[in-house]
Amino acid sequence: MKQMDTIKNAHSKDEAPVSTGVLAVKVDDLTVAYNYKPVLWDIDLEIPEGVLMAIVGPNGAGKSTLIKAILGILKPIAGSVSIYGKPYHKQRSLVAYVPQKGSVDWDFPTTALDVVMMGTYGKLGWIKRPGVKEKKASLEALEKVGMLAFQSRQISQLSGGQQQRIFLARALVQDASIYFMDEPFQGVDATTEIAIINILKELRKAGKTVIVVHHDLQTVPEYFDWVTFLNVKKIATGPVMDIFNDDNLTKTYGINYKVSVQK
Amino acid sequence: MNSAQFEIQLIASLVAIACAIPGTFLVLRKMAMISDAISHSILPGIVVGFFITQDLNSPWLILLAAFTGVITVALVERIQKTGLVKEDTAIGLVFPALFSIGVIMIAKNANDVHLDVDAVLLGELAFAPFDRLTAGGTDIGPKSLWVIGTILTITIGLLIAFFKELKVSTFDPGLSASLGFSPLVIHYGLMTVSSVTTVGAFDAVGAILVVALMIAPAACAYLLTTDLKKMLGLAVFFGVFSAISGYWMAHWLDASIAGSITTMLGVVFLLIYLFAPSKGLIAVMYRDKQQRIEVSLLTFLLHLKNHSEVRERHVNHLNEHINWQKVKSETVLDLALKNNMILINQNIVSLTAKGDEFTSQAIDYIITNEDAQIEDMKEDFFLFRG
Amino acid sequence: MNLQEYFSLVFSDYTLRTITLGTAILGAVTGMLGSFAVLRKQSLLGDAISHAALPGIALAFLITGAKDSNTLLIGALVSGLLGTFWIRGIISKTHLKSDTALGLILSLFFGFGMLLLTFIQKQPNANQAGLDKYLFGQAATLVESDVWLMAIITGICVVVMFLFWKEFKLLLFDADYTKTLGFNTKIIDILITTFIVLAIVLGLQTVGVVLMSAMLLAPAAAARQWTNSLSTMVLLAAIFGAFSGVFGTAISASQDNLSTGPVIVLVASVFVIFSFVFSPSRGLLFRQIRFISNRRDLEFQKTLSFMYHIAETHDDISHPHTIKILNNFQGFTRKTLQKLVDKNYVTIDGTMWSLTEEGFKTAANLYNQNIKTHE
Repeated sequence: MKQMDTIKNAHSKDEAPVSTGVLAVKVDDLTVAYNYKPVLWDIDLEIPEGVLMAIVGPNGAGKSTLIKAILGILKPIAGSVSIYGKPYHKQRSLVAYVPQKGSVDWDFPTTALDVVMMGTYGKLGWIKRPGVKEKKASLEALEKVGMLAFQSRQISQLSGGQQQRIFLARALVQDASIYFMDEPFQGVDATTEIAIINILKELRKAGKTVIVVHHDLQTVPEYFDWVTFLNVKKIATGPVMDIFNDDNLTKTYGINYKVSVQK
Repeated sequence: MNSAQFEIQLIASLVAIACAIPGTFLVLRKMAMISDAISHSILPGIVVGFFITQDLNSPWLILLAAFTGVITVALVERIQKTGLVKEDTAIGLVFPALFSIGVIMIAKNANDVHLDVDAVLLGELAFAPFDRLTAGGTDIGPKSLWVIGTILTITIGLLIAFFKELKVSTFDPGLSASLGFSPLVIHYGLMTVSSVTTVGAFDAVGAILVVALMIAPAACAYLLTTDLKKMLGLAVFFGVFSAISGYWMAHWLDASIAGSITTMLGVVFLLIYLFAPSKGLIAVMYRDKQQRIEVSLLTFLLHLKNHSEVRERHVNHLNEHINWQKVKSETVLDLALKNNMILINQNIVSLTAKGDEFTSQAIDYIITNEDAQIEDMKEDFFLFRG
Repeated sequence: MNLQEYFSLVFSDYTLRTITLGTAILGAVTGMLGSFAVLRKQSLLGDAISHAALPGIALAFLITGAKDSNTLLIGALVSGLLGTFWIRGIISKTHLKSDTALGLILSLFFGFGMLLLTFIQKQPNANQAGLDKYLFGQAATLVESDVWLMAIITGICVVVMFLFWKEFKLLLFDADYTKTLGFNTKIIDILITTFIVLAIVLGLQTVGVVLMSAMLLAPAAAARQWTNSLSTMVLLAAIFGAFSGVFGTAISASQDNLSTGPVIVLVASVFVIFSFVFSPSRGLLFRQIRFISNRRDLEFQKTLSFMYHIAETHDDISHPHTIKILNNFQGFTRKTLQKLVDKNYVTIDGTMWSLTEEGFKTAANLYNQNIKTHE
């Protein structure tokens, strides 16, 4: 119960969307198919700069696929993505990614600091090694997520929540403008959840755009100011205050879906 | 064809059948590499058994060696459970070590053991007819024929008795446990049968070629059918076919029979891999091309349905926004026109009533996760396929 | 020759020096690259590749008639790569799973190779002696040029690994993320795979096709147990591999009639077993010791908190109670009671126990902590 209070305190009204009218991400007619079965169909999406956006939808709705297609991990069969008005592959340095925690082998022989340092590799490019500057940035990122004390821990000896924080720190160190996160709250403890959402809100304050695949509908209005409903097609996208309602939830989740939305 | 030749072919065919049956289940259970591990690690068991019994065809030797095979499986699983290494690594660590022990034992006792390393890898099928079994003074056939015949009979008996259990536990281990037969018992039962068969076949075709006889016929059959009974039948057929044709190839080339049988299996697999009607490489690539165009067509139709603005429905938009090459856009437009899905009026594309209905149905199926229905639907709506 | 003689001759005798150097280099390079194979979960790919190389060796011999190892190794390389790509083709284009694809290519290529070998043996003019060594390996047949080849390829491999260390590590840990950072994962993948195939092919003459895969896995699996750093792991795997190579060759050279392959593999397996048991952080022995000591701690705490709950009900916390009431409580043993006395948490007077002031405080702290973690 105490934790719920903390969350509410963190979410005060002065944190309204800092939208600047500039488009951070623009997706046009994006279609992705696995084995020639469409999993995302003709998605048009405009994400304004400075929003903290949740992507919600039932299992198999293509939420992770959408992020992966935007980031070029999956090849779409149609459509295009632009980041601040230019094709994605020219704007890679503006984008950071937090994959699902389960997508990697946590028994890999490496330390927490080492994983965070990987975030600096993109800017370094081929062959060049990270130096003092990169290490300093990585330590700062570790401190931001409250993991500085664990920097030389082997990653398998971290709890699920701590592993997620390491992933977050790795994205922070990329110093990007747009952050894509695939279910960052899955399997983490309550303290980590608060820590993560506070960092996301800080990012938004600094004018960054944050896009999160999210599962827990109850927390959408508390955590986010923008939301996209997705189920193979885009159902709706816009400010949480305007579109997070039973009507859109039902359209997305099929059966009469009711959630007590706190407004 | 003399009687020795006939006997060799008979033994080879029986070995092929005895291997194909457990092999089918190993392939379906994604455990094909376990047969590789078993076939190597039974070697020390065979050598020790040979010291004790002095007879390669003794049932005790077969049981002892088969036991080594089951131990290997247990050992691999034990190592996996420690979490020290990943699953595959455990297999890759255990069998070379055991095989090495076997090879060294043979080398160190070369004078006492009439086993040589070539025999271990290749078997001695050509000599099989000369080691005869006599009962009450009369010759009743080659020993290995009796050995593999017995193993095959037991295997078929077990297959018939436990067919249902095997089937359920292979396709749905969870359901099998809830129905009351332990997946563990079935698992170790299958491992035991595989081990016994490997030992029995080992003498005839050698360690590594047992693996070929277990996996290749089953893999061929799996490319042709997914029905378990048909798959077993086809695997047996491919095994026997390769055994007999391989024998004649060896005869003609004057080379190893086991090597020839494996080569024939390789040829059969290559042909099926290329030409299998719906799962072969050529069929898959043809379907890929068709599906790629048809899925693009669906994408395009939905795009038309989603957008009423003229700008979004202009022919040129396909190239610019949907990000397609010119050739691809033309193919898709062409297919849509041929199937009466769209109309083009002054370079503005719009859906016909038929196209609209098709698109609505398709999206319904995809959202409700019944994508399989789309194929049937295409049959109904399409005059021409992509 | 016994082992002692071997080691005394290693530095003076030309042949022994060549062979020893060769197996040491081979062990080192397979150990290094094996670490990558193990971490990519491609442990059994090495087994398939080495078996798939056999027909290449036989065909190279049939076509060129040459017996020098370089020509034969090119054949092995081509056939090994062909096998690797076919495995990938089977997995991506059909519904056969990776284990089936590996087993298929392994056994079919090997069977074809054996057919060719027996065919070559029957050729009247061919002096085929020497092809057999590719089955189980014969280190004694290594000559100086073979060792040079190994050294050069190992050198290239070390340089490439040094240059692309960052990229290799990134791809091994998180391939998707590597893509988003703008690296071409295909190039990194091809680099790693090519070097693994090269290392396998290099080892065929010494260890043989049948057991080559163990040379990739065993040193890496042993090294993984001792460290949590990728660079240390690769280094350790190289050292373990080199030692396995040298010791294995020494033992097999000092005995008659023993192929090198099986002996090297057994030495490497000893490294693995030792590491599994005795590694301080992951090893089974220390894990068991930790497990037992944890259980003792737990029993100790449970007994103390049980006593605390009894003492709580009395005004005087040191009010004596009979030991009997502890008997029907699970965590209790004589030993834990003795330990409590040693720590001065409890005093015993005959068959009665009573909690001390210190014991009560500690127990109260334990109790509060438990409540906190359950919250």
